[in-house]
Amino acid sequence: MSRLDQSFAALADPTRRGILAYLAQGEATVSDLVDQFDLTQPTISSHLKTLEAAGLISRSRKAQTRPCKLEPEGLKAVDVWLERFRSIWEGNYVRLDTLLDTLEPAGKEKKL
Amino acid sequence: MKPAEVSLPSDTEVRVVRKFDAPASLVWRAYTEPALMQQWLLGPPGWTMPVCEMDVRVGGKFRWRWRNDEDGSEFGFYGEFKELTPHTRIVHTEFFDPGDIDSDMGEGTVITVTFDETDGATTMTSLMKYASKQDRDAALSTGMTDGMEMSYEQLDTLVASESSNRALPS
Repeated sequence: MSRLDQSFAALADPTRRGILAYLAQGEATVSDLVDQFDLTQPTISSHLKTLEAAGLISRSRKAQTRPCKLEPEGLKAVDVWLERFRSIWEGNYVRLDTLLDTLEPAGKEKKL
Repeated sequence: MKPAEVSLPSDTEVRVVRKFDAPASLVWRAYTEPALMQQWLLGPPGWTMPVCEMDVRVGGKFRWRWRNDEDGSEFGFYGEFKELTPHTRIVHTEFFDPGDIDSDMGEGTVITVTFDETDGATTMTSLMKYASKQDRDAALSTGMTDGMEMSYEQLDTLVASESSNRALPS
């Protein structure tokens, strides 16, 4: 799966979007996120792994904790939006292809 | 045909390029005749275009309205034609009419559509110039508009197969 697909999949989950929004305010540790989202530590860790694999966050080491922060370079949210925007328009254009196919023979007939 | 290409030529613009296997005169018709537009300019599944009024002359107005057949919600766009070169170029303004959709699409957009025919195929380029980067990003993030965006539930379904292919984190 491409990085973009991974970002797209990672962003599809509301909790993960919530975590990203929270991290937009600054670094946070797993226990911060557990408190904030009222989820178990393993659940939060699992979401963080997905986000990290998608390049949306990075984790460092400080004493016993591994604070998480947003990776603006990896975020590429605009790519996700671009792809969605593109797919909606491509849907229109595929219909237009079909329509043009039905118009074309008539158009050519008239010219002859 | 090669799928549509979307690019961001500047902070306030979006460009969409797509080639069609038809002469420019036909693509032009499909882009300017209401009965034809209503067959393709629909957005994601579930939307129809019950209103499509086009007064195709410089200074003429247009009005488009879409309806979601599932929940009955509606929204539209309206604007004015600024330049018209048949089979070649259209410049029009575009303003968002939120209808009963809760959305703000900013201050209006200038759309320039060019039709470039080569060997019987036509490349259609739509350049959308927004009033600000904020407006552009809002439009990008919502597809055609908020009301038309796929819900995140649909997105979840869309990516579910990919997600299930990934090893579950321990």
